[in-house]
Amino acid sequence: MSNPRAVDPATQLVEPEHAFPVSEAHGALVTFPTGFEAKCDELITHYPVSKRSASLPLLHLWQETFGHISPQGIEWIAAKLDLQPINILELVTFYPMFRQHPIGRIQIKVCRTLSCALAGSYKLCDHFRERCGTATSDAHGIASSPEGKYAVEFVECIASCGTAPVIMINDDFHEAVTLQRADELLGKYD
Amino acid sequence: MKNPFNHDHPPADTPLVNVQIDGVWTQMPKGLNAVEAARRVGKFIPHYCYHPKLAIVGNCRMCLIETGGPKMDASRAPVLDASGKPEINWVPRPAIGCATNLTEGMAIRTDSPLVQECRRGVMEFLLINHPLDCPICDQAGECKLQEYSVQYGNDHSRFVEEKVKKPKRVDIGERIVLDDERCIMCSRCIRFAKDTVHDDVLGFTERGSHTTLAVHPGQRFDNNYSLNTVDICPVGALTSKDFRFQMRVWFLKETKGICTNCATGCNTIIGSRESTLYRMTPRENEAVNSEWMCDQGRLGFHYIHDPKRLTQPIARHGPETTPLAWSEIIPQVAERLRQFVPEQIGIVASGRLTNEEAFLVAEIRRVLGGDSVLTDYVPRFGRADGILRSADLNPNTHGVTLMGLSNGGASLADLRRSIDAGQIRALVVLHEDLTAEAGWDGATLQKLDLLVTLGLLQNPTTDRADFILPGASFAEKRGSMINGAGRLQRLNRAIPSPGQAWDDWQILLRLKEALGGGNGLHTIEEVFKAMAAQVPAFAGLTLSRIGDLGIELEAAMPKETATE
Repeated sequence: MSNPRAVDPATQLVEPEHAFPVSEAHGALVTFPTGFEAKCDELITHYPVSKRSASLPLLHLWQETFGHISPQGIEWIAAKLDLQPINILELVTFYPMFRQHPIGRIQIKVCRTLSCALAGSYKLCDHFRERCGTATSDAHGIASSPEGKYAVEFVECIASCGTAPVIMINDDFHEAVTLQRADELLGKYD
Repeated sequence: MKNPFNHDHPPADTPLVNVQIDGVWTQMPKGLNAVEAARRVGKFIPHYCYHPKLAIVGNCRMCLIETGGPKMDASRAPVLDASGKPEINWVPRPAIGCATNLTEGMAIRTDSPLVQECRRGVMEFLLINHPLDCPICDQAGECKLQEYSVQYGNDHSRFVEEKVKKPKRVDIGERIVLDDERCIMCSRCIRFAKDTVHDDVLGFTERGSHTTLAVHPGQRFDNNYSLNTVDICPVGALTSKDFRFQMRVWFLKETKGICTNCATGCNTIIGSRESTLYRMTPRENEAVNSEWMCDQGRLGFHYIHDPKRLTQPIARHGPETTPLAWSEIIPQVAERLRQFVPEQIGIVASGRLTNEEAFLVAEIRRVLGGDSVLTDYVPRFGRADGILRSADLNPNTHGVTLMGLSNGGASLADLRRSIDAGQIRALVVLHEDLTAEAGWDGATLQKLDLLVTLGLLQNPTTDRADFILPGASFAEKRGSMINGAGRLQRLNRAIPSPGQAWDDWQILLRLKEALGGGNGLHTIEEVFKAMAAQVPAFAGLTLSRIGDLGIELEAAMPKETATE
């Protein structure tokens, strides 16, 4: 038998590391709610010179609608704008606020900037994380609870320094949030 | 080859402007960029991301230069110096040369203290995250980062922090391996893939300090031009699976050649060491292939080192074969051929022959009986791709046609019928396998009394042959070919032929002499001269006059371009 060539692990090729996890959960195809595509088409009309400029608005719309941007979203938006998927993936991986995986349904954003920090926002954020039972933060700094109900994020200034500490729950703004108030607020969202 | 950009060749009717380059006034086409302008006066502005055939993005910052314009007085008239030339107002900050387009009165400095300082700074930034593993990097020796670091960089590093980690040995395509840590994010490969071959699968993800060149998940960078990105990659980020770790580039001898994989005839550089060919890379020729070639052609040379390569002249007597010296076998071939009348002889020529070889085959045919000797070549067609691939897969169809050896393949069937019918009893086959490539079955060849083959590889035709004459591959011989667009181009010898294999023109010339006597031809130059005297298309030409870039033949050639 001929001497088989020794395999050097240093020269072994590796599979490309995918910029998003291609799992069944994330790859599951979504069906569009009524009016979704019409809304996309309308957004595209805002950019008569170059359709490509509608990339970001469409990505925002997709994330608002489906919670995160899946491979399906990247490919669908690329096709919609006559682009290649890599062109959209470049954007998705650049902007930290575009998420490529699902997070908790109820999103809690706790301000961490100076006034809020002085008024106890670190303690407040820890409190939320504890009450929501969130795991460690993901690459975007968002900690989601395992059952997928809550997502807690420690964010930069949300512009109400006079009423620190402030938080946002989904799109609602809450000022001067004490730990007690935090518990009350959590009860209101379900 | 039509490039989306030709920054180095502005249209001929571009008006000229007066510009000052490093203190010397000269005239240049308006709008030419500073890198090209400097190149035209023998100055070199180092650059990574700029490439004359790609879109300008200006992201590497290596080509920073100083710019200025004429100093104006209060009445908006230029202030002149003692020699009557305008004085220059220098812009206090540097500008990138690749995106600086010449205007009237513009001045640039390509090597001032400020420019040198800028380059040192850019080099320092580029090297921050670059691995310092040149000794094990396959690009070493032809790496622009290495070269410019020596020429324009610092002699030491101030960097004490941790380098960013990125994916290594990434399998992004069938022929390409990516090392992201070595990538300097010039984006040449992305622009080439997108604009030149319209296969937009490469991009930068995770932009920022972790910018990563990536192929889109689920897609592959597999197009037929992918290996050109290995050439234009200034560093060792993209390497060819075929060539990496095979040979250090400084050991390679470079010979100017042409690709013989199709009728386009891309100009190449053959990289060889001793008697082995290691790689082919494209050689710039704006009239043919610009700076590119297809992967098929680039990698389509390995057959010349195939174990089936014929290296010994062989005569067969029944089941027995005898290795013979050239001086013995050629008279024997001639002797056997002479026993047949012209109508009993057939010749299968090949579009792979050089013009000189085809000319000698035509001479042999004339000696054997001229038009009475049924002759044709084997046509071979694929699909043109609109970029460089020609539909004609023979490199020299025009040449064999010009020498009268081709009937477009129409006579092949007649030839076969005549052999089957026993009319043709002797066949000379040149660089073709009649079974696999022309579709004949072995029974036809068995009917022959004499089969002489000249070729490279052992195949069913040579297995049947009475005389096997081992010839030379495209990298082992000199000669000329005419590409699909009617351009006469030259082959050069990069490596010696293996074993006893011999230059085809030598074999054919000796055979012709053995058949019909000598005519004072001894060198390939003399063969070309004899051919030029007979073939009007070559009138006035010599082998050396063809030059490295070839020449368009004046004579009416059936025009065909690669893109058709």
